[in-house]
Amino acid sequence: MLLSPISIISSSFAVLLLVLALTPFLRLNQRLLINVGFFLATIASFFAAVAGFWSLADGMTTQIILPIGLPDLPFHLRIDLLSGYFLAVVGLLAFFVSIYSIGYVKGFLGQRSVTHLLVFYVLFLAGMLLVVLADDALFFLIAWEMMAASSYFLVLYEDERVENRRAAFLYLVVAHVGAIAILLSFGVLAGLTTGFSGFQNYTFDAMRAAHLPPELATLAFLLAFVGFSAKAGVIPLHIWLPEAHPVAPSNVSALMSGVMLKTAIYGIVRIVFDLIHTFPWWWGAMVLVFGLVSAVMGVLYALMQHDLKRLLAYHSVENIGIILIGIGLAMIFTSFNMSLLAALALIAGLYHTLNHAMFKGLLFMGAGSVLHATHERNMEDMGGLIRFMPWTAVFFLIGCISISALPPFNGFVSEWLTYQAFLLSPALPSPLLNLMIPLGAALLALTSALAAACFVKAFGVTFLGHHRGHHGGRIHEAKWSMRLGMLLAALACFGLGIFPTYMIRWMDPLAEKMVGGKIAASASGLGWMWLTPIAAERASYSAPLAFIGILAVVIATYLLLHARPGAIHRAPLWDCGFEKVTSRMQYTATSFAMPLRRIFGFLFSIKEHVRQFPPAPHPAFPDRLHYHLRVRDRFWTWMYQPVIDVSFWLSRRIGRMQQGRIQIYLIYSFVTILVLLIFT
Amino acid sequence: MNIDPFIVEVFQVAVLLIVAPLFTGWIKMLKCWFQGRTSPSLFQPWRDILKLFTKDVTLAENASWIFRFTPYLVFGVSVIAGGIIPVLSMDLPLSATADVIALVALFSIARFFTALAGMDIGTAFGGMGASREMTIASLAEPAMLMAVFAVSLVGKSTSLSQMAIVISQGHSLLRPSLAFALLAFILITLAETGRIPVDNPATHLELTMIHEAMILEYSGRHLALIEWASMMKLFLFAVLGIASFFPWGIPRNGELFAVAVALPVLLFKLAGIGVVLVLIETGLAKMRIFRITEFLGSAFLFATIGMLSYFMLE
Amino acid sequence: MIKEILKNVFLKKQAIQFPEGFNISPEQTVKIVDFQKKVDTIFHRSLRIRQVDAGSCNACEWECTALMNPIYDIQRFGIDFVASPRHADMLLVTGPVSRQMELALKRTALATPEPRLIVACGDCAKDGGIYKGSYAVTNGVANVIPVDAVIPGCPPTPTAIILALAELIDKVAR
Repeated sequence: MLLSPISIISSSFAVLLLVLALTPFLRLNQRLLINVGFFLATIASFFAAVAGFWSLADGMTTQIILPIGLPDLPFHLRIDLLSGYFLAVVGLLAFFVSIYSIGYVKGFLGQRSVTHLLVFYVLFLAGMLLVVLADDALFFLIAWEMMAASSYFLVLYEDERVENRRAAFLYLVVAHVGAIAILLSFGVLAGLTTGFSGFQNYTFDAMRAAHLPPELATLAFLLAFVGFSAKAGVIPLHIWLPEAHPVAPSNVSALMSGVMLKTAIYGIVRIVFDLIHTFPWWWGAMVLVFGLVSAVMGVLYALMQHDLKRLLAYHSVENIGIILIGIGLAMIFTSFNMSLLAALALIAGLYHTLNHAMFKGLLFMGAGSVLHATHERNMEDMGGLIRFMPWTAVFFLIGCISISALPPFNGFVSEWLTYQAFLLSPALPSPLLNLMIPLGAALLALTSALAAACFVKAFGVTFLGHHRGHHGGRIHEAKWSMRLGMLLAALACFGLGIFPTYMIRWMDPLAEKMVGGKIAASASGLGWMWLTPIAAERASYSAPLAFIGILAVVIATYLLLHARPGAIHRAPLWDCGFEKVTSRMQYTATSFAMPLRRIFGFLFSIKEHVRQFPPAPHPAFPDRLHYHLRVRDRFWTWMYQPVIDVSFWLSRRIGRMQQGRIQIYLIYSFVTILVLLIFT
Repeated sequence: MNIDPFIVEVFQVAVLLIVAPLFTGWIKMLKCWFQGRTSPSLFQPWRDILKLFTKDVTLAENASWIFRFTPYLVFGVSVIAGGIIPVLSMDLPLSATADVIALVALFSIARFFTALAGMDIGTAFGGMGASREMTIASLAEPAMLMAVFAVSLVGKSTSLSQMAIVISQGHSLLRPSLAFALLAFILITLAETGRIPVDNPATHLELTMIHEAMILEYSGRHLALIEWASMMKLFLFAVLGIASFFPWGIPRNGELFAVAVALPVLLFKLAGIGVVLVLIETGLAKMRIFRITEFLGSAFLFATIGMLSYFMLE
Repeated sequence: MIKEILKNVFLKKQAIQFPEGFNISPEQTVKIVDFQKKVDTIFHRSLRIRQVDAGSCNACEWECTALMNPIYDIQRFGIDFVASPRHADMLLVTGPVSRQMELALKRTALATPEPRLIVACGDCAKDGGIYKGSYAVTNGVANVIPVDAVIPGCPPTPTAIILALAELIDKVAR
């Protein structure tokens, strides 16, 4: 076959199948299994990334129909601009994470079998790739289910603990609630318009061509939005994210947080911009509002956490919110036919998708290295790790800077583009939107500043200061493959931050296809070094120049001042002469977040109390103090707990039907047959 | 006769480096006069910085590379930011490097690393300073963005040079939207540069420190760079305010005569800003840290009113 | 108020002006010009002091605080008090150095970067003062860390402190 994106992606699947085929033969030698299996997964994801890059650069669309599937309902596959972009996202991060996994999974050797980890990893990867390639509703849902089921088993990997099983179950329930909503949405798009007359309407092509009445389009959109939000972790359907991501193995968390959530974004973009191409402005406003709420609430929840991976999971909620902000703005601009601004907003949102995959993957890989070394997830027991794990610290720092949207790394570029999209909103004809959207920009600023605060906390408490736990000398640096994976992801973060004009040039055909506007020409109007989205006078940002400028000044200052060697003395730290400073006297994660907890605490249900025990003889001299702080998500008590209670109540009522006696069941069958005979 | 923009750029950075400590000295002088005493000389901050360059550096035993790297980074960021803001010319080669949002982000990265350096040593002071500094920063960011938004609506751009050009061409001295944005900007400057009523730069009580607490451990040339950088930050915020709200006098291009006149005009404006700042600092007392929410909330409110008044009146 | 400010600016107080009724003897008024010249010779004309209370009764601290008020006003010479010994050029130690504070004082001296001066202020810091011989003190700062100058007095008046600083600066400049 000729070399084309479709052939490369097929070879990627072939490699994944090869892994599955080899597994039964290699499973007795676990180390070899890990090496071979993840190496092949690396190759497969590399192929997927190449296919994705190529198809977006090429601009061609290829469709194939697979002969497998139900009779009369074959599977349609399509690789076009949008799926190419998401293939690149999935493939690139999977490439980095698979390299990382080679070293990380070896940490499980001897404790438990890694065979099913590898098998479900491969199935998970295949599922995600198939989701973005699917061209009809049936195949999409099958691939979606494959992705959800394999990730369920991956989350359940360390299943001897009750919390892990509960977290996985919660994940499964919410994923399936979402899947039902997506199914219903596809049903509306496919069947309701033509009355379920034929079987041909389940393809995306048919949906694209159908003309939906506005009410049905709205219904389809709402169902799809609910369904995909459940997978993406948009508030209020985010409840599974902070439970499931921490308990999964870290390479799986990196993939789930980095790319699985993005498949939901793919779904929203596909359904809204591709399948339902005309829509009113309030859809975009709704997406924007949900995005803003997720962003602000996500980061506030993250600030209250002291479990490193839970903190990162809540940040995924926040960043999905930021992506939805970009997409919502794009929808608003499209509904007013302002294609240039819509292209800017859409590119901002999709660029953030890629950026988030990169830096969240990097952060989870770093957290995995820390977990691997200290066997601890609680930040309050870490500290001073920069001395034991210098490389991991540097990579984690790069991830922290990127996610806080600070120049010169990639998080800043996509947030800057989002701000530009916000600042262009006064061009909208609706005065209501003109007044409300800038407030959204302020909320986005609040979010990114709070994210920076949260990551100062995360990095500072984990890596800096003195070690708070009892591990001492046993902490070692991560293995070379883990460091290599993180290094590649860090380089990607840096590259995406320094060369935004090339990225936008690459993504431009996608924006043109979706919303009809091109910004690449104006974006590199001054040259490749300056990012000027609309015009140079409007706004400009040059990451390479800023980076080189700061670097030049730093080096010049260092060289000028370093004239006197031997003028640096090491002395004990300045502790006001107290001399009995222990590592417990440092700031902890909880104390770092205290001012913000006081300020924003009304959004959570916080219970905080101090107890002196044992009861001291005199209240002024307690023997020991017990401080208890519980910060709980209000959504659990308002939304989920009532739903759980109602469903249990209902099931108890219906459960009365199960009497256990065969005579009753025979009566049920008899009554059912009677009813069916009467009514047909 | 036009000077090459690069020469104007270098001249501007030189002015930044030299005048920033003088601006701090001027503020100290005014404060002393208001308190009824004679002041140290205008060059005292320069003497402090030069003396610190000759002192030894005493590092804590567990200081990591972040602690040693931060002073250089903070200094570098301040210098680059000084090259971006139109101080002596609106046509600088570096002005396309960052618009005002990127400028705020540059200050953010300096603050990020300073907070990390505070946490690096592992004492309670650094953690406390870092925690409070990041809290105040996160409350100041929305207000700053709204003020920027209001100004960019008038200036039809977020590029600093463009905003300065448009506003200097405007008819009235101060539009209502700009007036509210200016008010918000003053409140934000007090918060970001750590002046009374948000933070007392001359306090010795660690529990009242915010910025100082993060740099308690620095000595020698590192401390010199950090002090110089914080003086430059105050200067840069003053100059940012001038460029956004009172840009008359900044030359459009590098004409020799215009640049030569621009320097005294700049010094005159800075002197005025110094007087306003000292009036605020002497008249107000430092607030409790949790009152800063209301302070910055009112800054946000002023900025929002400015933006709304743009839509309603213009 | 504006008149007062302008008077301060333009008259540039040449000597410490004590209000009437203070009953100050002439030798306690210091020639400001000489002291300024002295400060100009050391430390690039900027001296930063960290004050360490090693168990004193706080009378010396009050006198040191008085140095910063508008009457004595040492800030106009370029001298300032700072919050951390790492920022300081000189340690001004008061108190007889109780045993509790002995180690703290040593750590403070370790934390001050070179070049630095250490000054013992007050009779207690000189040799224990009224606490000399007690089991709870080390009888003066010189027994704990090396001292560059001593300011006698219980407590020394701000004028005495300024005079002693002038002597110390002369010694250092030579």
